[in-house]
Amino acid sequence: MAELTYREAVADAIAQEMRRDEDVVFLGEDVGAAGGVFKATVGLLNEFGSVRVRDTPISEQAILGAAMGSAMTGLRPIAEIMFSDFLAVCWDIVANEIAKARYMTGGQMSMPLVIRTANGGGSRFGAQHSQSVENWAMMVPGLKVVAPSTPADVKGLLAAAIRDPDPVMFFEQKSLYPIKGEVPDGELVQELGTAKVLRDGGDVTIAALAAMVPRALDAAGTLASDHGIEATVIDLRSLVPLDTQTILSEVSKTGRLVTVEENPRLCGWGAEIASIVADEIFWDLDGPVIRITTPHIPLPAADALEDATMPSAERIVREIVEKLD
Amino acid sequence: MAKVSQSKTGKGKSKTTSRRRSKRAAPDADQLLDYYRDMLLIRRFEERAGQMYGMGLIGGFCHLYIGQEAVVVGMQGAIDDRDAVVTSYRDHGHMLACGMEAKGVMAELTGRIGGYSKGKGGSMHMFSKEKRFYGGHGIVGAQVPIGTGLAFAAKYKNTGGVSLTYLGDGAVNQGQVHEAFNMAELWDLPVIYIIENNRYGMGTSVSRASAAKELYKLGEPYGMPGEQVDGMDVLAVRQAADKAVKHCRDGNGPYVLEMMTYRYRGHSMSDPAKYRSKEEVAEMREQHDPISNLSKVIVDAGHKTEGELKELDKEVRAIVAEAAEFAQESPEPDPSELFTDVLVNA
Repeated sequence: MAELTYREAVADAIAQEMRRDEDVVFLGEDVGAAGGVFKATVGLLNEFGSVRVRDTPISEQAILGAAMGSAMTGLRPIAEIMFSDFLAVCWDIVANEIAKARYMTGGQMSMPLVIRTANGGGSRFGAQHSQSVENWAMMVPGLKVVAPSTPADVKGLLAAAIRDPDPVMFFEQKSLYPIKGEVPDGELVQELGTAKVLRDGGDVTIAALAAMVPRALDAAGTLASDHGIEATVIDLRSLVPLDTQTILSEVSKTGRLVTVEENPRLCGWGAEIASIVADEIFWDLDGPVIRITTPHIPLPAADALEDATMPSAERIVREIVEKLD
Repeated sequence: MAKVSQSKTGKGKSKTTSRRRSKRAAPDADQLLDYYRDMLLIRRFEERAGQMYGMGLIGGFCHLYIGQEAVVVGMQGAIDDRDAVVTSYRDHGHMLACGMEAKGVMAELTGRIGGYSKGKGGSMHMFSKEKRFYGGHGIVGAQVPIGTGLAFAAKYKNTGGVSLTYLGDGAVNQGQVHEAFNMAELWDLPVIYIIENNRYGMGTSVSRASAAKELYKLGEPYGMPGEQVDGMDVLAVRQAADKAVKHCRDGNGPYVLEMMTYRYRGHSMSDPAKYRSKEEVAEMREQHDPISNLSKVIVDAGHKTEGELKELDKEVRAIVAEAAEFAQESPEPDPSELFTDVLVNA
């Protein structure tokens, strides 16, 4: 076991896959010489050279077009969109082209590419560099959507995404880049579409994603120590495919579901999970689903304001204690 | 119709300086007949598609290529099986020129399981991996970065392949086109951007839509050589294509060809094209038609008589008739097809 940061795990996963497969290429803005604006791709240019690790112009549509065209003709590109907010700049290629290509070709072509992007708030970057947009990607048929919360999952899931024959949107939560965690030595590849149960408790099931996972775990600790409430915590890890089996079985056990979402409330992924739970196991529920989300507002820049928008461990505790009574 | 102009750029890499006629040997009879037959197939196919649309056998959007046949046929003659083709939604002609079967294209138009995309693509979104035709894209300009990506892979894998990336005059004002131009020249990618200037982006003429009037010069600021070509003359197209393909294969980066052409029909089947005069259309059809002009060349050279060309027309019509029949007899896709091909590993 080695201790890596979340950002080191990104470079580690890309390097692992580039070593084993010549068809893997990596392109994006400042990913090579600068080592990534979040320093998540340091060392890749040195090891693999400028043919395979390409610094691009600031042209998101050209980046994703290059990725798509080359994925259709035998490469396995990894494209970085520096901030997930910039997906709006190239959403045409994501939503109209990449996501639909396999279907529109009647299955003749596959789209083995990964779009990595720094997602989410907590860094005081304001409304255009802090959004949590994983729910945008979840809404488009034909994309897989992954968002890891630990360095080990970054490595294992990113490696799996690179090997996957389908297009994967890989959301790295930018405030998690400095966190450290144990990562198994040697080759690591995990299975896409699998959630992880991180904590077992009999009173309530909390489903969380990315930066909300450590906050949910914190909250679960406080709920147990201060309020006598035992929570199960699920790290969803992937929104598409969604591990509904794990979600349904864990919610059935406790009879209560709480989603902790960084995306804005309207059409956040928790609403979809609430709907699935209501459809499938309504009679197992002992009370309404509790959704804890960022409100439906643009992300503010000021410390005090941003902290007040994103679900915190304290807010998770407060809402669960209030609503479970 | 069109004067042929050239834009001399490309970091001194290009040799597109001469306006003199090529000293290349004149095309032989077989080649001329191939062009004639290939253009005629597109013409007859599109006429039939238009007819079937009118009869309600084809629905949705249907953008006919009638009038522009020389462009795709002349370009296709210059490439081989290393190369890739991508275009917009006016794509039936490109598919036939790539060697895709008329039956499969027509059956996609009628929404049948025998279509190239099993009915899931439709007129604007058809592909053939086997024939290296990468769509058929419905969003104006989106195929341009994708075609650049085809060239990126060809260069990375060192296949010697060239990407033929077609776009219309309307697409040149899309931002992503310019992103792609810059990246292609920056990385010396083997891509030919073929601007099919049919004078109208939907119902708006180039002069009303584009501040830049000489579209072949649009690559110039990036250092890309460009050339304006009479796109109604298949021989002129082929000659320009040869030069552009060589430029790309030799590792000199991208190239722009502006094909001066004309669509006889409206933008789509639902467009009566009232934004242009009947006289303008008649003049193009009567004086610049790529097929009748080539038939004159063939007859005058004594390669075939008019009667023999009529026989050829009958053969082509038979292929189209067979395609039309297939497209009506092929079953509609089963609803279970809805959920296949979304992802490889769902």
